[in-house]
Amino acid sequence: MSTTAELLKQASDLFPDEVVTSAHVRHFDLPFGAGRFALITLDNGLDHTKPTTFGPASLANLNTAVDQVEKEAAEGAIVGVGITGKPFIFAVGADLKGVELLKEHEHALAIGKGGHEVFKRLSKLAVPTFAYYNGAAMGGGVEVGLHCSYRTVSKAIPAFSLPEVFLGLVPGWGGCTLLPNLIGADKAVSVIIENSLNQNRQLKGQQVFDLGIADAIFEGADFLEQSLIWTAQVLKGDITVERPAIDRGEAWDQAVAKGRFIADGKVHGAAPAAYRALDIIAAAKNGDLQQGFDAEDQALADLIMGGELRAGIYAFNLVQKRGKRPAGAPDKNLARPVTKVGVVGAGLMASQLALLFLRRLEVPVVLTDIDQERVDKGVAYVHAEIDKLLGKGRVNQDKANRLKALVTGVLDKAEGFADADFVIEAVFEEIGVKQQVFAEVEAVAPAHAILATNTSSLSVTEMASKLKHPERVVGFHFFNPVAVLPLLEIVRGEQTDDASLATAFAVAKKLKKTAVLVKDAPAFVVNRILTRFMGEIQNVIDEGTPVEVAEKAVEPLGLPMSPLVLLELVGPAIGLHVSETLHGAFPDRFKVSPNLKAVVEAGKRGFYVYDSGKPELDPEVAALLKQGDVVLTEEQVRARVLDAVAQEIGLMLDEGVVAEAQDIDLCLITGAGWPFHLGGITPYLDREGVSERVNGKKFLAPGVASVPA
Amino acid sequence: MPRTVRDVVFVDGVRTPFGKAGPKGIYHETRADDLVVKAIRELLRRNPGLDPKKIDEVAIAATTQIGDQGLTLGRTAGILAGLPQSVPGYSIDRMCAGALTAVTTTAGSIAFGAYDAVIAGGVEHMGRHPMGEGVDPNPRFVSEKLVDESALFMGMTAENLHDRYPSITKLRADEYAVRSQEKAAKAYANGKIQADLVPISVRRTNPEGGETGWGLVTADEPMRPGTTLENLANLKTPFRVHGRVTAGNAAGLNDGATASIIASEDFARENGLPVKMRLVSYAFAGVEPEVMGYGPIPATEKALAKAGLSISDIGLFEINEAFAVQVLAFLEHYGIADDDARVNQYGGAIAFGHPLASSGVRLMTQLARQFEEQPHVRYGLTTMCVGFGMGATVIWENPHFEGDK
Repeated sequence: MSTTAELLKQASDLFPDEVVTSAHVRHFDLPFGAGRFALITLDNGLDHTKPTTFGPASLANLNTAVDQVEKEAAEGAIVGVGITGKPFIFAVGADLKGVELLKEHEHALAIGKGGHEVFKRLSKLAVPTFAYYNGAAMGGGVEVGLHCSYRTVSKAIPAFSLPEVFLGLVPGWGGCTLLPNLIGADKAVSVIIENSLNQNRQLKGQQVFDLGIADAIFEGADFLEQSLIWTAQVLKGDITVERPAIDRGEAWDQAVAKGRFIADGKVHGAAPAAYRALDIIAAAKNGDLQQGFDAEDQALADLIMGGELRAGIYAFNLVQKRGKRPAGAPDKNLARPVTKVGVVGAGLMASQLALLFLRRLEVPVVLTDIDQERVDKGVAYVHAEIDKLLGKGRVNQDKANRLKALVTGVLDKAEGFADADFVIEAVFEEIGVKQQVFAEVEAVAPAHAILATNTSSLSVTEMASKLKHPERVVGFHFFNPVAVLPLLEIVRGEQTDDASLATAFAVAKKLKKTAVLVKDAPAFVVNRILTRFMGEIQNVIDEGTPVEVAEKAVEPLGLPMSPLVLLELVGPAIGLHVSETLHGAFPDRFKVSPNLKAVVEAGKRGFYVYDSGKPELDPEVAALLKQGDVVLTEEQVRARVLDAVAQEIGLMLDEGVVAEAQDIDLCLITGAGWPFHLGGITPYLDREGVSERVNGKKFLAPGVASVPA
Repeated sequence: MPRTVRDVVFVDGVRTPFGKAGPKGIYHETRADDLVVKAIRELLRRNPGLDPKKIDEVAIAATTQIGDQGLTLGRTAGILAGLPQSVPGYSIDRMCAGALTAVTTTAGSIAFGAYDAVIAGGVEHMGRHPMGEGVDPNPRFVSEKLVDESALFMGMTAENLHDRYPSITKLRADEYAVRSQEKAAKAYANGKIQADLVPISVRRTNPEGGETGWGLVTADEPMRPGTTLENLANLKTPFRVHGRVTAGNAAGLNDGATASIIASEDFARENGLPVKMRLVSYAFAGVEPEVMGYGPIPATEKALAKAGLSISDIGLFEINEAFAVQVLAFLEHYGIADDDARVNQYGGAIAFGHPLASSGVRLMTQLARQFEEQPHVRYGLTTMCVGFGMGATVIWENPHFEGDK
């Protein structure tokens, strides 16, 4: 196996900063006189907050451990080999930092082959092998176990997945080939494709067992003991493991077709990973494992050298790291405690905000509005939502009682806000109304209270301008649905002070939102880009391009929904309102579409009807449209739209709306659901050459979200 | 209200293998609470007839009740073991007789009618919690000469016991120790011990102790089969210059846990649980703290008197071997030969180890096995010495007793 060792040695030279996982081999006698056993423990020597990963040096360590047990097995010194992890962690797969460094296709190929060569040996020992999934297992961690003869899983496992497709890879150390051969193609497609594309959904221990991935399940308290006792019984023949036969007929093809349908629904063909994985699963039907492994190597190498994966890793890191440590946020020690929250307005948005603050902060929340009926309705909404949570078992009765008791509604702001530390308004989107509301709040709230606005497009600075203490006003812009979209744009007005801003960030963290610091600029980040994007689509339609051509033009991006479906979700009236605001600020770039105006005035909720089950242009809308005679191709439309987006982002960065392009991408991922394979959008604009065409330069340095130079 | 005293039985008992305390010991990186939790879980697995909801109490002993042996261990261990939240628990401390006291205290409550079935056990991780950790003896003990200064040092109290029994020489103690190792090895060879051991997974990250990674412990670590008198002859006597007590004729410093099910006999029979021993009587007694090893003698006197039995009625003895001299003093007091076949048939703590508060249930588990094998024996006793000058004795009746055939 010297070639494997050499391969890994070369790979590890490219990745000097790897956190190396050891593969400890320990021997002991199994119970019931079942014989001498060798157990490999994967352990990077750090605690559970730093999960064990596989880089090249880690794989080399496992290879050395396998050298040892292979020899012992051949000599008859042991009756079996097990593999498990450190406390709470089995192994979470390849070290992505190492993947980011790869520049050459052959090096990427070596990573795939290296993993295969080491893991494969576990299936070829002279004795049976056992994987004990004791804790979190992902990607290569799951795969190392798939190469073993048997598997057990702990009931206490919170996370088990093959997340590769989510990031832009395929489970390429055996996953695509072995999993369908173990549990059938249908279940394998669920794990590899469906779960990955559903925000990287994780399996729990019981599901791992129910799916047939593990042969036995034991409780966490004595998982390893029971696994080893079970092992002894299997080795002695007291337990026979039986697995259901796999349907290698039509069901296999149907499963792959289902996978393609799911992938189309999520990425619309725009990202290759899911399709590459499905190709390998389809081919695995013949049970030829080596052929599958070779295909995995090739797919891994191609994807590692492709922009979608690099963008995917970049996006993952943005969400996981930058999303948790917002760029430009002031020292968190400046934050003031928030022990009571006021909400001005008791409409739907205000009630949703009240519910969110209540659930996350668990402090008194007071709603106010202009009449008792509205106040009562707001409180009733919150109570009803708490009851729903209770019904679903998300909170228990005590917690429900506590939360309900914490929310109140009053007409008199003085009564409600006299001891509030944080007051947020969600009233009508009109500057005069909001200035009036803040003036009333300032008159009764404590001097230190933060005054936050959920405005989506008005100037925070202007809203604060008439106050005695404008320094405590911040923008706190949520995205609908508030409970689902993680983004919170925190807007610093011209006079906002650090303590108020720090308090806003501290509250955002407690709300479990992804906070991004934004300058007080028209429509902030997400709405500005989406409006420019939609505006350009609307422009080409107005000029004469058929609606379906305009819509299809951006399909290759793989956005979560088409522009006009998004408009329907936002509401054409709101879309129109934002475009008017931006038109006011930047009239040369943002037009107000007469067609959109006509649609809104006609009271239409969208462009489509769904009578056939699929969106079709509403004939009434079609009748309203007045189009020119300039008909563009899809390519031409796409270029215009992307150029517009690239130009707008370039201008926003010049204006200092956010600190860096990374913040733009983070906003689009978490506020608009733009996909990982685009990396938000700037990695895509860079890799398609749009950025250089429009702005004369790329947004990101080479290697940040692309193959390093 | 009318009240009937109920018969109390020992249903079943298990223990972890015992380990050597210290950085190279098998349990060095294993928590104490995890040891007792795993013992409780094994006990429940072995006795599916016991509905966990019906457990009325979890009484767990530990001498040093801090850290992973603190936090009201009986309660926390119950939750960690997966018992229903409705099952309460508490902690017990009578140093070496902790688990024994957990049994007798809950047994008293069962007899009274407060409980039907309980878990009683103990744990001591002397590696994590060395003897005397965090103690703060009242200065009056010394200033008012309430106890001799040697009372806090168990090895010194054993030397004092040698003084009290001049006929018990170092040689006799060593001979006793060699026999304990021999009997323990034989019991292992005959499979008498393993059946009541709970396998424990253990992690090692420091290579000084041996292979690293996860392992599985299925046997006692302290055993030294093949020990000879010559091996023992020249060991140091750390407690007194030219003394008699050595590491070879005393139990070591150990880690381990035990757990048992104690129930009313009616409850056991109604729920199809085994009845391995029937409680006859128990007693505790105090002696001068500086000769604490003398404690089993007055405790046994009391327990026999309460049961209306004499020493000649006892067919099997499980005496904790904290020190060989303490066993020999007991035997000499009752005129029993050093190598009497009724005494510690499977060997004792000198071989297996003595994780203080856990040991009492080990004695019971072993006596229960012997009862099963020897239906001609009607009564047996478990006894131990206790720090600060105490003794503890429980007398048991063999439910398998077939009469004087």
